[in-house]
Amino acid sequence: MLSDITLGQYFPGFSILHKLDPRTKIISSIIYIVAIFVIKNVIGYALLILSALTLVFISKISLKVIIKGIKPVIIVLIFTMILNLFWTVGEGEPLVQWWIIKIYIDGIYRAIFMSLRVLVLIVATSLFLTYTTSPRMLTDAIESLLSPLKKIHVPIHDFAMMMTIALRFIPTLIEETDKIMNAQKSRGADFSTGGLIKRAKALIPVLIPLLVSSFKRADELAIAMECRCYRGGKGRTKFVKLTMKLSDYVFMTLIILFLAAVIAINYLPFGLRVGV
Amino acid sequence: MSENIKNISDTASDVPFIKVENLSYSYENDGVPSEPALRDISLEIREGEYVAVLGHNGSGKSTFAKLLNMILTTDKGKIIIDGTEITSSSMTDDDMFEVRRKVGMVFQNPDNQLVATIVEEDVAFGPENLGLPRDEIRKRVYSSLDMVGMRDYSKHAPHKLSGGQKQRVAIAGIIAMRPRCIIFDESTAMLDPLGRKEVMSIIKRLNRDEGITVIQITHYMEEAAMADRVIIINDGTIAADSTPRDIFSRVDFLKSVGLEAPQGTELIWELRKDGFDLPDNCVTDEECIAALSELFEKTLKGKKDEQA
Repeated sequence: MLSDITLGQYFPGFSILHKLDPRTKIISSIIYIVAIFVIKNVIGYALLILSALTLVFISKISLKVIIKGIKPVIIVLIFTMILNLFWTVGEGEPLVQWWIIKIYIDGIYRAIFMSLRVLVLIVATSLFLTYTTSPRMLTDAIESLLSPLKKIHVPIHDFAMMMTIALRFIPTLIEETDKIMNAQKSRGADFSTGGLIKRAKALIPVLIPLLVSSFKRADELAIAMECRCYRGGKGRTKFVKLTMKLSDYVFMTLIILFLAAVIAINYLPFGLRVGV
Repeated sequence: MSENIKNISDTASDVPFIKVENLSYSYENDGVPSEPALRDISLEIREGEYVAVLGHNGSGKSTFAKLLNMILTTDKGKIIIDGTEITSSSMTDDDMFEVRRKVGMVFQNPDNQLVATIVEEDVAFGPENLGLPRDEIRKRVYSSLDMVGMRDYSKHAPHKLSGGQKQRVAIAGIIAMRPRCIIFDESTAMLDPLGRKEVMSIIKRLNRDEGITVIQITHYMEEAAMADRVIIINDGTIAADSTPRDIFSRVDFLKSVGLEAPQGTELIWELRKDGFDLPDNCVTDEECIAALSELFEKTLKGKKDEQA
């Protein structure tokens, strides 16, 4: 039950997206996010959907996986929709007016397009950063991108190492949580009935052993790392080298062009304008 | 009961690689030293030797291992590794780095030794720390994975491997640093029988084929039987230091230090007590089986002669 968490999972493959340098993907996703939020024109939204579909297509990740990844955020999407639908005050007469509820045509537009933004945001970032990039590549890229900060003594290497270890131990800890839950269940613990408070309380006998064992693990891991001559980033070389290839520059150019196009479309004299 | 029988194995050289003199250690509880875990231990381990260190829980055997690798440090007594006195107060961090480069350590829980999310990257962790060039790291990673038979899993995630496989990856991670000595601190204790067998055969191969000095801390007699030399630690002192054959045939002594002889040896020992005519030097399963079947045949033959 705990083992099928899709959000934040890497799917190995050999698509164009997989082969891009992780730094390209991080920068591209930042530019893409900016683009998502500057869009105002409906034509821009159409372009956005098209680009998102293209990304899905070239990543060769199955639609099933992507839909599974969206599921956990459906509540956020619905919440976004409701907020925009009821709280938007548009011009002219409200479409529906009942008690304190007023729905304007602008509200409907905003509800649709804001949730579209959130949806594309999630699909695109998970495509760029989690589905097609191994966690190790990602931490390497973050370390590399932030390395200028080393000059002002920000411990970038240490942060990157912490992230790698966290990612390494997520599955191990999930497995352990499962084990502890089963152990407690076999002694009569009940995790699935009762109200929210009762359920939260039932988790205490799971969390405490988990916490204790995590500390023990951390201690053992630290010793094992020291035994393998770890002493921070000092004098350390890298097994995996990040290299920017021609395809990386091409991809980055395309993403920048996309941002430029979206901004340009905002100034078009025609097309419906929605958004902040 | 303490004795010191020199055992010259064919793979070991005569130079002591590790020399321990009058070593003592006590853990501290809030600054107050508790009962000493090790008292006045002296021994020598030559390069290329395969030494098993036995002892019941709390005998001090793990403390001993941790001192060799500078996880613990003490100023009571001396440890000299390859000419460097690691207990000296003038040891710098760089010296410690050199010691750990020479003496690798594999721990009990394979999960808590693996750092990276992909097998080959984990094996590369040690060489990366040593600051080796990329080509050299690559070479070492794959040759180490070949040595433990995990090359096919180089792109796998560690959490998807079995316990024995994880431990093999952990061993590869140590081999990749090319240490001259590897300490196995109860490295098979958490594995299933199959995994234990895999790891044992790798340990043996590392010693025989690569000439790596092996110090194996264990409480499995069957594993200690594979070593050239067995050291028994009891209550922080060396209770015996000899060949497995010599030690395991002394079942009374083993019991007195809280250990058990290998099952076959113990069976023969009990039978001898009851007056059966059996040899007293059977250690491996094969030897015990041979001795017992010989006894059976003799008895059967005796019975037949009687009937005739």
